[in-house]
Amino acid sequence: MKVLVAVKRVVDYNVKVRPKADGTNVELANVKMSINPFCEIAVEEAVRLKEKGTATEIVAVSMGAKPCQEQLRTALALGADRAIHVETDAELQPLTVAKMLKAIADEEKPDLIIMGKQSIDGDNNQTGQMLAALTGMPQGTFASEVAIADGSVSVTREIDGGLQTVKLSLPAVVTTDLRLNEPRYASLPNIMKAKRKPLDTKTPEDLGVNVEARVQLVGVEPPAQRSAGIKVADVDALVEKLKNEAKVI
Amino acid sequence: MSILVIAEHNNAQLNPATLNVVDAANKIGGDITILVAGENCAEVANQAASVAGISKVIVADDAAYGHQLAESVAPLVAEVGAAFDYILAAATTTGKNVLPRASALLDVQMISDIISVESGDTFKRPIYAGNVIATVKSIDAKKVMTVRTTAFDAAAAEGGSASIEAHGNVHAATNAEFAGEELAKSDRPELAAASIVVSGGRGMQNGDNFEMLYKVADKLGAAVGASRAAVDAGFVPNDMQVGQTGKIVAPDLYIAVGISGAIQHLAGMKDSKVIVAINKDEEAPIFSVADYGLVADLFDAVPEFESKI
Ligand SMILES: Cc1cc2nc3c(=O)[nH]c(=O)nc-3n(C[C@H](O)[C@H](O)[C@H](O)COP(=O)(O)OP(=O)(O)OC[C@H]3O[C@@H](n4cnc5c(N)ncnc54)[C@H](O)[C@@H]3O)c2cc1C
Ligand SMILES: Nc1ncnc2c1ncn2[C@@H]1O[C@H](COP(=O)(O)O)[C@@H](O)[C@H]1O
Repeated sequence: MKVLVAVKRVVDYNVKVRPKADGTNVELANVKMSINPFCEIAVEEAVRLKEKGTATEIVAVSMGAKPCQEQLRTALALGADRAIHVETDAELQPLTVAKMLKAIADEEKPDLIIMGKQSIDGDNNQTGQMLAALTGMPQGTFASEVAIADGSVSVTREIDGGLQTVKLSLPAVVTTDLRLNEPRYASLPNIMKAKRKPLDTKTPEDLGVNVEARVQLVGVEPPAQRSAGIKVADVDALVEKLKNEAKVI
Repeated sequence: MSILVIAEHNNAQLNPATLNVVDAANKIGGDITILVAGENCAEVANQAASVAGISKVIVADDAAYGHQLAESVAPLVAEVGAAFDYILAAATTTGKNVLPRASALLDVQMISDIISVESGDTFKRPIYAGNVIATVKSIDAKKVMTVRTTAFDAAAAEGGSASIEAHGNVHAATNAEFAGEELAKSDRPELAAASIVVSGGRGMQNGDNFEMLYKVADKLGAAVGASRAAVDAGFVPNDMQVGQTGKIVAPDLYIAVGISGAIQHLAGMKDSKVIVAINKDEEAPIFSVADYGLVADLFDAVPEFESKI
């Protein structure tokens, strides 16, 4: 079984991102970049399927400017077999990414596509569902458990009310939630080996996808700031404040 | 302008989140229709028809829609939505699952999680875990959006008398089926709807200790939430996670107990009206958003608090 994994390069989750002074965009100069945490979970899941003998080949894909090859190399070091980079400097949106992934899926014919549920920069939570729509595949979003058996996949999904399990026929799209697995770290020998694994480059034009943004960024601003609060001395003071000042209990 | 609102429900009850979406629709302005897709959901359709300001309810009642499978509901939304200028749903796990799929079928770049309507094509939404608010403008002819419910008021549930129309064409998924669910059962209010939320973090140490928070919650009529660390450690189930990638809450009072205040957690609760933090580390970042901070060991402070409220 062949598994396609989509990995995105994003600002590291530890960075507190701020708007630029002129409010045109966020300040991204010299900030640490990483593989999107949910994509890391996606790679880990694919690697575990390969270790179990369920998956035979893992192809990692990323779209974006040249440096996202670093995240593809990370995916290769974690266990992906080869990588495809779709190089573009355009500001990509979920529908555009989904269209490019569809073009790649048409070529690669994977049995399973695993991606993150959400990129932690744009917080969109759209691309997997859109790819499923465009390919006509079923979708198992927000997965906390994935079990493959006889041409189908059972996906346990984290939903607002608890957990839901769906059974999907393959090929299918799965998007990962936090509890699906705990990603490993890449070992030094594997990082060295990853340098020699194949990484193909393509352009959006090769895939026949127009990258023009249909949602434009008008500007950015900091969120409303909370006014500084106080420290209370003890529980009595807290109860008194909540009753008489805030009047919330 | 014509606006289609996708109802959120469990086949019996209209989820109040839908009322917040209707408020967002009112801010856009236009003729509002609610789509109820479900199984044996006539009662939900009646409730939707009573919502103030709705002109029409379209009901697609079929076994195919009983569990809100995206493979069935998204093509329905795309079919019905084709005639509308706007399609809106709540940014719940159901809305997030279905709407992007429908949006792609309509070849529209969706906008997730709007928190304000600036004009007919311009909206605000949080990005980077709410550290930045983006203003975005859609140049698609049709706008498809999920709505952050905490950023909008609830439209009145009563007062409307919309017509109800059945939609015949069924989109039954052939490649996906519902296989089971484990829903949390609780007599406490739902996190999203509660006016007071008490949340625990890694500092709670184990699931049994959450009993202390349940006691406080029961005295206050509150819901109980948790940080990711508490969920990952297995103290409590996933549906209690508050944060960037969990639930977004904005109650009148949020009490964070043994939670450090990582940006991903703050993203889910910093719009609460009053925030209380109980933490033994006076440097914990949660204190930077807390109106009232109590530096104390939670194992002393929480039982004492419970006895004094
Ligand atoms: C992709 C991604 C998504 C994420 N999404 C979310 C999300 O949606 N929600 C979320 O919450 N997190 C999320 N996180 C995790 C987040 O970064 C933090 O790791 C998490 O919020 C920490 O949880 P915590 O505050 O309970 O634990 P810790 O950071 O370990 O804090 C525990 C706190 O308890 C205090 N404490 C310990 N013992 C006591 C005691 N006896 N009395 C009083 N205080 C005590 C400590 O001083 C400390 O401040 C996400 C992370 C990533 C990478
Ligand atoms: N530029 C990209 N390159 C590769 N994968 C992406 C890209 N953008 C989004 N994805 C995938 O889609 C998931 C969800 O992203 P989003 O819809 O932006 O929240 C991510 O976790 C990735 O798996």
